[in-house]
Amino acid sequence: MRLLSFEEKLAQHGLDLAPLGVETLQVNVTRLCNQACQHCHVDASPKRTEQMSRETVDRCLEILARNPAITKLDITGGAPELNPHFDYFVEAARGLNKHVMVRHNLTVTIDGNPQTGERKRYLPEFFARHRVEVISSLPYFQEFFTDKQRGNGVFKKSVESLRLLNEQGYGKSDGRGLALNLVYNPVGAFLPAPQEGLERQFKKELEAKFGVVFNGLFTITNMPINRFKKDLERLGAYDEYMTRLVNSFNPAAARGVMCRSLISVGHDGRLYDCDFNQMLDLNLSEESGGTVFDFDLDRLLHRKIIFGQHCYGCAAGAGSSCGGATA
Amino acid sequence: MNYYESKDLDRFGEIGQFRGELAEKFFDYYNAVTGEDGALTKREKALIALAVAHAKQCPYCIDAYTTQCLENGANPDEMTEAIHVAAVMEAGMTLVHGVQMHNALRKRGAM
Repeated sequence: MRLLSFEEKLAQHGLDLAPLGVETLQVNVTRLCNQACQHCHVDASPKRTEQMSRETVDRCLEILARNPAITKLDITGGAPELNPHFDYFVEAARGLNKHVMVRHNLTVTIDGNPQTGERKRYLPEFFARHRVEVISSLPYFQEFFTDKQRGNGVFKKSVESLRLLNEQGYGKSDGRGLALNLVYNPVGAFLPAPQEGLERQFKKELEAKFGVVFNGLFTITNMPINRFKKDLERLGAYDEYMTRLVNSFNPAAARGVMCRSLISVGHDGRLYDCDFNQMLDLNLSEESGGTVFDFDLDRLLHRKIIFGQHCYGCAAGAGSSCGGATA
Repeated sequence: MNYYESKDLDRFGEIGQFRGELAEKFFDYYNAVTGEDGALTKREKALIALAVAHAKQCPYCIDAYTTQCLENGANPDEMTEAIHVAAVMEAGMTLVHGVQMHNALRKRGAM
């Protein structure tokens, strides 16, 4: 049976998903990572070499300075801390009074840079000093699922790193407001559990067994692209997974898709509707402004968002975004 | 052709082709019991259903409730423990009938 295209599905529900604004600039500064996770949509690994240049970082900062409507900077990768200009980027964005979020994989603090050996133990203190919101993937509160998805030894190192963040005041309700949010994505070809109940379970288990605390849990659906797509195809489960996503289409989740309120920037300065489109090379058209060097907020607000079959991942069930469930 | 095909589970609704009102009552009951949190959470209900699926050896249900358990946040430790409960209940039910064997032995003066 032919599955409806995402745009046909939107039309069937009378939905027109136009941009609502650009609240967040999400910048992917590197594809280098100390890990090579099974389901990474970036295909990041210790062997990747793509890095955002200082010139492009400066241009992103200029965009943030010139556009007060963009209140948030979301820095991602790879492991974004492995970009040589990362610390400068965070400090300068905080200097502009922007809310800075870092997609921090936890283990980079322990492992350091896999190519240069540079140590990264200073990160928890650095994050706290600049009041960065830390958002970290932890697929489960047990070793088995976490290591299966993210590699052997990742769970133990993640717990060690979470404790270091807690020591700096992250994840605590002590009024310091240092936010530590965790990200859950399923270990295989299934949809995430309901966010609220899973967050309660994570909090109970992590505190009781490891003395670790955090603020919120974001559930994210695995996108059927890149490594995860290959894995589904290897298991012969791609069609079944896609059917599941299409059958779980939720109009309320579709209305809340993140591409309506953010712009994604690649390491080379190209612009995209989201990090997933970036990994699929679905670059914004030149009329919309194709790179940070042509950035024009008004034109971006009038762009047509590029949709594909992977977008079902963001609109299935309770919805999925970089901030978790949307419906 | 095999007697069990996983895709056949999607055709479960066909049971309503005849005496549809009975199927409707069944599916309403099924959804009311398993589809929402009640005195038990959906997660707990999924684990019970997984255990029953093993005890009754239903491949459709094992497949469906493995997914249900995962999508309600359960993990392989919990799922395995649930089927151990089913297994140990079945073993217990066999063994407790040993009392009846003892009764029969006594009746024959052999114990």
